[in-house]
Amino acid sequence: MAKGDMIATREAYGKALVSLAEEYKDLVVLDADLSGSTKTAAFAEKYPERFFEMGIAEQDMLGTAAGLAAAGKKPFASTFAIFASGRAWEQVRNSIAYAQFNVKIAATHAGVTVGEDGASHQAIEDIALMRVIPGMTVVIPADAVETEQAVKALLEYDGPAYLRLGRSKVPVVMDDDYQFQLGKAATMREGDAVTIIACGIMVDAALTAAEELAGEGISARVLNMSTIKPLDEEAVLKAAKETRAIVTCEEHSIIGGLGSAVAECVVKSYPVPMRFVGVKDRFGQSGSPAELVKEYGLTAGDIVRAVKEVLAAK
Amino acid sequence: MEVDEKTIAVLEEKAWHLREKIIRMIGAAGSGHPGGSLSAVEIVTALYFHLMNHDPKNPDWPERDRFVLCKGHAAPVLYAALAEAGYFDPSELDGLRKFGSILQGHPDRKKTPGVEVSTGSLGQGLSIANGIALAGKLDGSDWRVFALLGDGEIQEGQVWEAAMTAAHRSLDNLVAYVDNNNLQIDGDIRNVKGLDNIPARWEAFGWHVQEIDGHDLAAIIEATEKALATKGKPSVIVCRTVKGKGVSFMENQAGWHGKAPNKEQVAEALKQLAQRRDG
Ligand SMILES: Cc1ncc(C[n+]2csc(CCOP(=O)(O)OP(=O)(O)O)c2C)c(N)n1
Ligand SMILES: [Mg+2]
Repeated sequence: MAKGDMIATREAYGKALVSLAEEYKDLVVLDADLSGSTKTAAFAEKYPERFFEMGIAEQDMLGTAAGLAAAGKKPFASTFAIFASGRAWEQVRNSIAYAQFNVKIAATHAGVTVGEDGASHQAIEDIALMRVIPGMTVVIPADAVETEQAVKALLEYDGPAYLRLGRSKVPVVMDDDYQFQLGKAATMREGDAVTIIACGIMVDAALTAAEELAGEGISARVLNMSTIKPLDEEAVLKAAKETRAIVTCEEHSIIGGLGSAVAECVVKSYPVPMRFVGVKDRFGQSGSPAELVKEYGLTAGDIVRAVKEVLAAK
Repeated sequence: MEVDEKTIAVLEEKAWHLREKIIRMIGAAGSGHPGGSLSAVEIVTALYFHLMNHDPKNPDWPERDRFVLCKGHAAPVLYAALAEAGYFDPSELDGLRKFGSILQGHPDRKKTPGVEVSTGSLGQGLSIANGIALAGKLDGSDWRVFALLGDGEIQEGQVWEAAMTAAHRSLDNLVAYVDNNNLQIDGDIRNVKGLDNIPARWEAFGWHVQEIDGHDLAAIIEATEKALATKGKPSVIVCRTVKGKGVSFMENQAGWHGKAPNKEQVAEALKQLAQRRDG
């Protein structure tokens, strides 16, 4: 994988499962009639005895995953983000997280870039729904490189976690030698006038925005906050102190997601002006991913505007 | 296999101890669920003191049989059995539902030795039991999984998702019991949601089904052995029970689902239990 290659994070997830299967014999995978879309199908084909097709029964799937974990397996359960976090929320809370079972929920098709399927399939609430659960780890890789490493890191980590993945192809933004660390933000670009904190597909948009801002003489730091929980508070506070203005960017509602997590951290320790790039309390709709990111204010141009606003408030 | 009388006599004594503990602990707690705890006493007694391979001194023994109390509000019957078996000191029972206690209002696997999974939200337990059974199959293990569901609980859709999974995966290392006491909080299960023909429903989902008197220890043991000998299918044993069994004023009373007896009622209940044992 080279920088700029276009690969969906779900694609990288499916490949990672297969490549880790020999090393991690306890890895088992569950899916709810979406293995072709979530990309667990490759694992299913190669390791049929370790793959559990659960049918269209997400609540049962996550409960079954809890039971597999209770008996020492390392389950990854996949379906679309809306069903994993929404339909099965209480199973995630009570059967998995409350019991502290080592279940990894790898949810694909998050956000509006699901595209044509429309609002019923576009989870814009899942970060909030998952991060509110005590003890839940929430990870949102920015690209294929990071996804591959995050899957391995989550296999090594013993506890419940939510891995948020996308449907659409996104450019690789990480260098080959990038080292994902659970709970640590990655500084993608240095800057001192403002910090753009992004996750998922918005990291690429943030980098484009920062480049544009540089052309106007505005020095923007870009952080890839791929672990939303536990939040890298150190990196957030450093950004607050050193740049004194923050813009958060997420393919999610501005209520309860990355922006809220960052604001919670900043407000209690070092308040600075903030702006939130994200979906503004509305449902998605059908359209191409490109049309939708434009409609919902998730482009580099939207980030540039938010940066200028926050700088004016500084 | 016929169960001999001596074994049954020992188990009856255990069941008596469990009932006594249930009444005492809920009385001391001032809240809790006596009705569905009492109806399940014989099922839990047969499991913990005859059917299951387990080691109270080593709750994590890998070869142990696993029990999942899907109807988590009946925690007192499980706690009574665990204390009686020696998983923890029986004095812990006085702490039921109290701040800092290892005995939470509903089972918490992180706090109580011997509790396999955390339950309380109805309808989720069977899926978890399936997952445990699948892991056992994957590893070629000999241990079995036992799950206890409420009859009201099976109104939850997830139970039937799980029922399909168990049948599809031929989980013959799993035995489920339905505590068919005919009552839920708002009344008779047949009035609340037309829930009748419970055995036929499980049969339609591909399970091996037996229907027995859920207070007959020998019947529970024999049915369970038959269930375990049935290959290629999961088994369910629909146990006809009496909610509040053993305490006359609680029997068949929906009002005693989730209410603690006061001091006088505890005394009266214990008196009745003693009379039943002695005579
Ligand atoms: C999902 C869920 N909904 C509601 C409740 C509240 N509740 C606790 S016990 C109960 C009735 C259970 O009836 P049944 O399964 O027949 O249990 P039993 O008669 O054996 O006590 C209800 C509705 C719950 N614990 N979980
Ligand atoms: Mg009932």
